[in-house]
Amino acid sequence: MKYVDEFRNGALARAVAAEIASVTDPQRHYKVMEVCGGHTHTIYRHGIKDLLPDQVELVHGPGCPVCVLPMGRVDEGIEIAERPEVIFTCFGDMMRVPGSKGNLLEVKAEGADIRMVYSPLDALRIARENPDREVVFYAIGFETTAPSTALTLQRAKKEGLRNFSVFCNHVTIVPPVRALLDSPDLRLDGFIGPGHVSTVIGCRPYEFMPHDYGKPCVVAGFEPLDLLQSVLMLMRQLGEGRCEVENQYGRAVPWEGNLQALKAMAEVFELRPYFEWRGLGFIAQSALKLSPAYTDFDAEVRYTTPGVRVADPKACQCGEVLKGVLKPPECKVFGTACTPERPLGALMVSSEGACAAYYNFGRKSFEKVEIGSRP
Amino acid sequence: MCLGIPGRIVEILDEDSMLAKADVGGVRRNVNIGLVHHEDERVEVGDWILIHVGFAMSKIDEEEARNTLRFLEELGEAYEQELEELRESRIE
Repeated sequence: MKYVDEFRNGALARAVAAEIASVTDPQRHYKVMEVCGGHTHTIYRHGIKDLLPDQVELVHGPGCPVCVLPMGRVDEGIEIAERPEVIFTCFGDMMRVPGSKGNLLEVKAEGADIRMVYSPLDALRIARENPDREVVFYAIGFETTAPSTALTLQRAKKEGLRNFSVFCNHVTIVPPVRALLDSPDLRLDGFIGPGHVSTVIGCRPYEFMPHDYGKPCVVAGFEPLDLLQSVLMLMRQLGEGRCEVENQYGRAVPWEGNLQALKAMAEVFELRPYFEWRGLGFIAQSALKLSPAYTDFDAEVRYTTPGVRVADPKACQCGEVLKGVLKPPECKVFGTACTPERPLGALMVSSEGACAAYYNFGRKSFEKVEIGSRP
Repeated sequence: MCLGIPGRIVEILDEDSMLAKADVGGVRRNVNIGLVHHEDERVEVGDWILIHVGFAMSKIDEEEARNTLRFLEELGEAYEQELEELRESRIE
């Protein structure tokens, strides 16, 4: 309970933890997946695991957009970035993601014009300021950032900008969760649904979890107490034999989502027939590409990217960790050949990657469990 | 990139391009308000919004904003980096 004092409301956290313990069946083992990488980060950062009964296991899900990007897409981005006419723009998180021959940071050091941007609208501004150059934005993210790319493209079209294009790597959250539920490797009891993605898509898209698979889902906020409360809501559902979608994060998540954002996405994007996910393989209708009305802004069309598939390094077990089959420290190269300073796999790069979060915050409590000092 | 940061609208700049100036942890930068400012919902000066990569994604109340800010400050490095990137932003 040493972390509990770091909670803003320690007494409440303690009470919620006690309530979770009281509704936990001591004969049963519960596996709960937190889908979102931001949740994974909070869980390690605040030692949530230590507040839960031993019977409740948190399994980390695929909700980190940098982590699920396959190496082939990183390589293709690098190829575009190396073109002399191109100013390549991307979020800071992308810079150190390893491709098969290096990362964007290294390519930049070799002279490519690569600029980190905070927003796709910054990339648009760079395009306006450099009419004689081609500005490409490397778009990544789930439904949290996809509307931003959509609105940016609508603006670019309205302005008639001809030197701006997007290399679209946006993915959607529901198909990989469905793929995990269909996978025989993993038995899960319920889901903690992503918070910020749900501000856009709302809660309705998760209804397939109870309807088709009999698994409850609670959409959760980002603070430690939100996560604890969400675990409690899930445990109560499981205890009472209820199975539904509940919204713990009503402060920011309307049940129907943000209709304006969904409308913009529907105009600018269409679903790809399939897309490769690191560790999960090809998943049908799991990613977005630009719709025909925006073909002129599609970097994949402008630079005819070949769609190569590049296997992960042999030693790297990101795939198993992403599927929740392995815990980060169970990977062969965790903390040795693969560290946040020199990442081999993408899960070690992003602060929302399970391995980076575990490396930075989780190891202490793991060691504690290893030596058997846990009560 | 995935962090939502609360900001407070200090000025509506341009209804046509949907830009507003927001104060985010003491940094004032332009953000797009198109997703929270339309026929069904409006934002005004003084309102709190949750910002992702330069876009207001939802309107939140002040208590939620202050709680989230405190949580982000505790988060340390990831929030620092996000603010650092925001400082470099010049959305027009």
